[in-house]
Amino acid sequence: MAFATIETLALRHRMLSALRRFFDSAGYVEVETPVLVPRTVPELHIDLVRTTTGLYLAASPEPQMKRLVASGMERIYQVGHAFRAGERGRWHGVEFSILEWYRTGAGYRDLMDEVEALVTVLCPVAGRDVPAFVRMSVDDAFERWAGYRPSGHMDAGRFDRDLVERVEPGLSALGAVMLFDYPAAAASLAKLRRDDPGLAERFELYVDGIEIANGFTELTDVAEQRARFDEANAARRADGREAYDVDTRFLSALERGLPSCAGVAVGLDRLVAVLAGFGGIDDVMSHPFEEL
Amino acid sequence: MYETSDLRKNLKIQIEGDPYVVVDCQFVKPGKGVAFTRTKMRNMITGNVVERTFRSGEKFQPADLVEQKMQFMYADEMYHFMNTETYEQLEFNENQVGDARLFLLENLHVDVLFFKDGPSGSRCPRSSRWSSLRRSPESRVTRPPEPPSRPSSPPAPSSRYLSSSTRATR
Repeated sequence: MAFATIETLALRHRMLSALRRFFDSAGYVEVETPVLVPRTVPELHIDLVRTTTGLYLAASPEPQMKRLVASGMERIYQVGHAFRAGERGRWHGVEFSILEWYRTGAGYRDLMDEVEALVTVLCPVAGRDVPAFVRMSVDDAFERWAGYRPSGHMDAGRFDRDLVERVEPGLSALGAVMLFDYPAAAASLAKLRRDDPGLAERFELYVDGIEIANGFTELTDVAEQRARFDEANAARRADGREAYDVDTRFLSALERGLPSCAGVAVGLDRLVAVLAGFGGIDDVMSHPFEEL
Repeated sequence: MYETSDLRKNLKIQIEGDPYVVVDCQFVKPGKGVAFTRTKMRNMITGNVVERTFRSGEKFQPADLVEQKMQFMYADEMYHFMNTETYEQLEFNENQVGDARLFLLENLHVDVLFFKDGPSGSRCPRSSRWSSLRRSPESRVTRPPEPPSRPSSPPAPSSRYLSSSTRATR
């Protein structure tokens, strides 16, 4: 069973320090939002860890951080923990470290630039050459590795399967790739493109075929957001899974007005592991679950 | 019944009527997408390795395997074995014996896996795989040949893999 050595923990610390310097010098404020939450933002494929008191462990700090943005914070970031039930593998843990940030007045393309800048700063700390970044639309990636363009006629089941069986293995040979413009159906909290509502303003960074970051121009329309949550819960019920109480305070914040902004979530364990050349997150974690 | 969350190396499951042993499996899940388990599985009859991706929640039958002690007698074009309880003799082809043929010595006692076919429960010798080879003491005459060499991964940089004893007690 793998776990981080003392040297790796020190490396991880240096990367985290560099990361904080990166955001601090860009005018971001580091915030902390609670992990224990009563309500959430339902997503079809994210199952929550429920505690014995009926509260949940947050699957993402997104609703609370967006409430902070709605209340006037323009640039915030957080390094914290998130929890997703049933997710365990070489690149997954039920509990994992998450880096998330939001920037008002920015769109997803601005945040692609910022993600690229962050990775560029972290690579030398991790002892890795800065990779050449490739930007590719999701349609182009699917055309190249799966032979079709999914956005026009989205079939979620086929999309997910081809993504893991064909596209992600294809990406693994290309170093750092930003996939962008996801089919609208694959982006629950992202804004749709004004010129093409079949596409969401969402991107993902892959390094060596491993998904590292997920970002989008944030959806600010409360009616649309409420409809997507209802849709997600309906799909969960249809799938025989628990529907979740919607975070109404988050919706109220949208109602009062979320400034136009973009946000990114990064799997921090993965980022450290991939840049440092490890084959899984356990190698950079002080106590992988099985070691507890 | 097994579920995708039960998949792990060496699990033996039945797919489309054939027994498979899982040789590698990986949990994958795109950020907003459904979870899958990508596997490499060896067909225990043909020896072919296939890659299969299962959607989270798919269910599997355990492979219905029975282990039988047998004694290797001799090989011509086929490999001949005797059931040490019933004295029934069976022959297997090279594919069925697989790499185990490199270790076979006359009179060697081995465990043969049989795949039970259909609801009749009759044991069918169409499939066999060697779960392990146990040499009986009296057959320890010559050294068995080396197994075929496998490509090994290069050793990892030692600095990343301090032994656990070098860690502080926490």
